Amino acid sequence: MTILTAIIALLALAAVFGALLGYASEKLKVEGDPVVDQIDAILPQTQCGQCGHPGCRPYAEAIAAGEEHNKCPPGGEQTIQELSDLLGRDFLPLDEEHGEEDVKRVAYIREDECIGCTKCIQACPVDAIIGAAQKMHTVIEDECTGCDLCVEPCPVDCIDMVPVEETLESWHRERPPGVGGRPETYIPVENLA
Amino acid sequence: MSLILGPAPHTMQQGDTGAFMRQVVYATGPGLAVLTWIFGWGTLINVLWAVIVAVAVEALVLTMRGRDVRFFLSDWSVVVTGLLLGLSLPPTSPWWLTLVGVAFAVIVAKHLYGGLGMNPFNPAMVGYALLLVSFPVAMTAWIAPFDVPTFSESVALFLGQASPDAFSGATPLDTFRTWAGDAQALAGHDILHGRIAGRGWEWVNAAFLLGGLYLLARRIINWHIPAGFLAGLALPALAFWLVDDVRYADPLFHLFGGGTMLGAFFIATDPVSAATSNQGRLIYGALIGVLIWVIRSFGGYPDAVAFAVLLMNLAAPTLDYYTRPRTYGHDKPDRGIG
Amino acid sequence: MLSLLRGKREPIHDFPGGIHPPENKARSTAAPIRPGPLPHELVLPLNMHVGAPARPVVALDETVLKGQLIAESQGRISAPVHAPTSGRITAIEDRPVQHPSGMTATCIVLEPDGREAWAELEYRPDWAATDPAALLEQVRHSGLAGLGGAGFPTAVKADPGEDTRIEQLIINAAECEPYITADDRLMRERSPGIIRGIRMLAHLLRPDEILVGIEDNKPEAIQALRSAAEGTDIEIRVVPTRYPSGGEKQLIQLLTGKEVPAGDLPARVGVICQNVATAYGIYRYLEHGEPLLSRITTVTGDAVSHPGNYEVLVGTPVKDLLACAGLDADRLGKLVTGGPMMGFTLPEPAAPVVKTSTCLIASTPEELPEPPPEQPCIRCGACAEVCPANLLPQQLYWYAKNDEFERAQQHNLMDCIECGACAYVCPSHIPLVQYYQYAKGEIRNQEAETAKADRARQRFEARQERIERQKAEKEARRRERREAQRRKQEAAPSGDDGTRSDAAVQASATSAGGGSAASGGSDGSGSGNGDDESRADERARRMKQLKVTYNKANKQWKQAQAAFNKAQRDGADNLDQLSANVDKLRTRADEARAELDALVQEAKTDVEAATGRDLKTLKKEATDAELAARRKAKEVQAAREAGATEQAQSLEREHEQLRQDADDKAAWLKRVMEEQGMKEDE
Ligand code: SF4
Ligand code: SF4
Repeated sequence: MTILTAIIALLALAAVFGALLGYASEKLKVEGDPVVDQIDAILPQTQCGQCGHPGCRPYAEAIAAGEEHNKCPPGGEQTIQELSDLLGRDFLPLDEEHGEEDVKRVAYIREDECIGCTKCIQACPVDAIIGAAQKMHTVIEDECTGCDLCVEPCPVDCIDMVPVEETLESWHRERPPGVGGRPETYIPVENLA
Repeated sequence: MSLILGPAPHTMQQGDTGAFMRQVVYATGPGLAVLTWIFGWGTLINVLWAVIVAVAVEALVLTMRGRDVRFFLSDWSVVVTGLLLGLSLPPTSPWWLTLVGVAFAVIVAKHLYGGLGMNPFNPAMVGYALLLVSFPVAMTAWIAPFDVPTFSESVALFLGQASPDAFSGATPLDTFRTWAGDAQALAGHDILHGRIAGRGWEWVNAAFLLGGLYLLARRIINWHIPAGFLAGLALPALAFWLVDDVRYADPLFHLFGGGTMLGAFFIATDPVSAATSNQGRLIYGALIGVLIWVIRSFGGYPDAVAFAVLLMNLAAPTLDYYTRPRTYGHDKPDRGIG
Repeated sequence: MLSLLRGKREPIHDFPGGIHPPENKARSTAAPIRPGPLPHELVLPLNMHVGAPARPVVALDETVLKGQLIAESQGRISAPVHAPTSGRITAIEDRPVQHPSGMTATCIVLEPDGREAWAELEYRPDWAATDPAALLEQVRHSGLAGLGGAGFPTAVKADPGEDTRIEQLIINAAECEPYITADDRLMRERSPGIIRGIRMLAHLLRPDEILVGIEDNKPEAIQALRSAAEGTDIEIRVVPTRYPSGGEKQLIQLLTGKEVPAGDLPARVGVICQNVATAYGIYRYLEHGEPLLSRITTVTGDAVSHPGNYEVLVGTPVKDLLACAGLDADRLGKLVTGGPMMGFTLPEPAAPVVKTSTCLIASTPEELPEPPPEQPCIRCGACAEVCPANLLPQQLYWYAKNDEFERAQQHNLMDCIECGACAYVCPSHIPLVQYYQYAKGEIRNQEAETAKADRARQRFEARQERIERQKAEKEARRRERREAQRRKQEAAPSGDDGTRSDAAVQASATSAGGGSAASGGSDGSGSGNGDDESRADERARRMKQLKVTYNKANKQWKQAQAAFNKAQRDGADNLDQLSANVDKLRTRADEARAELDALVQEAKTDVEAATGRDLKTLKKEATDAELAARRKAKEVQAAREAGATEQAQSLEREHEQLRQDADDKAAWLKRVMEEQGMKEDE
């Protein structure tokens, strides 16, 4: 008898919670796939395709579908860490197969060598190169993501990836050397009266 | 010629961590003296031995970790660890007991966590707890106050050539715990009736209180933890004592018995493993006090500073999280998970 | 009751924390303000203020007069630059500026002529009767920018917006940093001017109260201000000496009890805070017409023999000022600009004094010694006790050290004012402020990067969409046309012409990869497969054909497009027809192009097979050689012009060699391509 009561009670509970869950999933359903959006928000949007996908969004979708989250060289460790935190996965070292983490770079077109073939314009995933056929092209530095995709198609190899230079605004102090270290440096100065 | 480049600020207050720790060492002076006066040479020998072992083990571990030994020894923190553990051990302890405790404290509780500043637990108390759990008999064998062994007897005890049984006597806390509830027996035990509290121990605690006040005056520690600690111990003691003064000891007995003052001013105030915001420290101290009272009154151990401190070490990060001060320009403190 | 409260002269509020570092002020307050040197050149950075850099309005070699505008402000938050003395503009170029990194920035370089000839000045003695808005406009041209060291353009600060009511105007005379005495001396000597300046500011802002906050370690200055302020509604409030009471937020808290909300401006709580020196600058500008040309800078430290306050022309190189104060270069250790708490060490003594330079400390190594090495944080909490912003520096340090920037931000790292009080007291000598500066910089850069990433995402998606759309449109058009063709065919089933052209279109529509028959001349594709030679020939023929087709179609398409555009502009009514025509021609061109590309690809593969190198390498080699030759030619030219005949000759020889090489390579490339049936494609 008691056993019967217990079973009935459990069944009732199961039914109630099941109904509740079902209701919640209907009621609280979110449009789209927010995980993909969240992943996409973390990826650096370089659109370089080094991960093996045609852009960051497709890779975000692939990660959401279960692909490893360590294939994005431009994002580097930082991105992997953030993705690990978001997805509750283990931190993985960067998959070297897809390239190494590097300093930030932007494309620079040596303008007197440019023949105006428009090949780079077609290659640029974010429309950061301007120019017309037979006219020299130039890169909008602020929009260039440093994806490298324009370098290969250039028939005269006039595109260089140059490291982004530090400016007075982007400069900041380095992290101090840590326990046991002194932050001081000495610099020789000659031009003092 | 050359210019020096460096970050602001370009001027700094005098003093360093080593000086800070040395103040703590000096402040234990009165307590150590009184312990030696009441319980004989044992404590002094313990302390010296503990400090020697601590420094040696630290140097060894630093060498193994490839660190600059002199630089890291200069913070004196390991001296304090050894000192505090030495002060807590019974004066009858043999050398190996101290060695095991100190080595465990320095190697496991400190360096395995990354060294000074990274250890979540108070190393001295970790060592103490290990010994208490592993060698309960040796760790609870105290000498009856003023029944002092001679120097050569102390040395023999230290070398393990004499048995502590010949000297040992129960501490006031122990005695009270055994006879709690029996008014007659309690009245009959001399050791429970010193001038302020338990015999002998009252002076030990008074001496540590003195040292603690020195630390407060030198602003080496601030008042939050000791105040919380003492209040947390005294208030429940007072309340229960008023209800039933045979079953529960009076607050003064608690305040001046066992390791109370040493705990309140020297052990619980170890900044590394304590809470860091002022409010957090107050709560941290108070909870230690309460825990000590609970364990002393209902637990299986006569004294409880080590366990209470370790338990609260665990809670310190959480306390910090929930007691962050309100930052300038913010309406309310940013607390909680976020 | 209210008047009772008003009558209370002492601050009734407090700020948490604070420290009492040794003041070291006495040695520079002894002497009155002295004039600074007239250096042989003045270096005027375009960005001496917070905000957008000014834009030069003078040309090289132009002669300018003292007080003349030489760079105008750009945008709302910006300040103009004026010539501090008369002279000639010798350069507009990158020079080292006062920045901890030692980096350079664009500066106007002026060579003084010593005449001190003034430009015509415009002044406003009638300011009290002028409309505040017009007056504000005037102040915009003064070049004034936070002389207390922050450098925020004064006019911007004095313009909180129409609907903000200003309850308190606070004049910051606290000067809480050790060593600095510039404001102290200024108040002692020029209080009447300061008070007039304050009244002008009050005229602009119409505050309920005017409070001057000054630390109690400057009794002479307090006395001078009090007597100058006699009979006005300006209250001089003396605050206890405690660093950093002169921080804007702390002074506001001290005097009013208000807190500036995080990430906001004081105007939000009805307060505007200006420095005394700024007030004095406004007075000079409005009553004497002088824009900001000079400032009072404290020069002190054990390595100078005449410490004191100097009225320095903006742009004077630091080394000239130091020389004027009697620098003993051998004893110099740190050269600090700003105070010892928040200032930074100057890597480059040639950098100029700017509008925000309050102080220069030429210290000996004993005076501001190197700190001992960093020890582990023992979480003693000394830092939290002195933090005026009520932060937990030990936690911030932990997070900054471990790059946990998000946690650091949760602990309000961004509210740290970098006052250095925590680092001053830390027994472990941890350079806490540097950790915070590092973390803040990283956070700022990361934010910039995130913003850029967002933009990149948008652009990428827009592009993707555009490509999709174009593809879809093309597809739709093609389908439509085929549809039309079919209908036409059905209508005239026996039309010979129709059939043929239909076949052609069909073929080319599907021919992108295949080499099937097309109009013009059929070939049993791959018939000459056995023999490489004939295959290349065949391909060459086919390519030529396709090229012709393509070029023709392309040209026709462009013409059609032009016609269509014109028709559209003229509003002709046969637009649909024209547009269909355009589309048809474009498709034809595209298809020919696609086939051509496929063939080129094939040829490229064969080139690789034949020469062991891919076409790209060959081309690159050819181009490189060509470029090297051209570069050499330029060098030859240059050498000739410079008259180095001998050098030119040897260069000429080198050039000839390179030329030869380039021509050879080009010829080879051409041959290879011809062999494979490829002409130089565009
Ligand atoms: S003052 Fe220094 S050692 Fe003390 S808690 Fe702060 S950072 Fe750590
Ligand atoms: S530097 Fe920042 S954290 Fe340190 S005391 Fe000043 S405001 Fe507080």
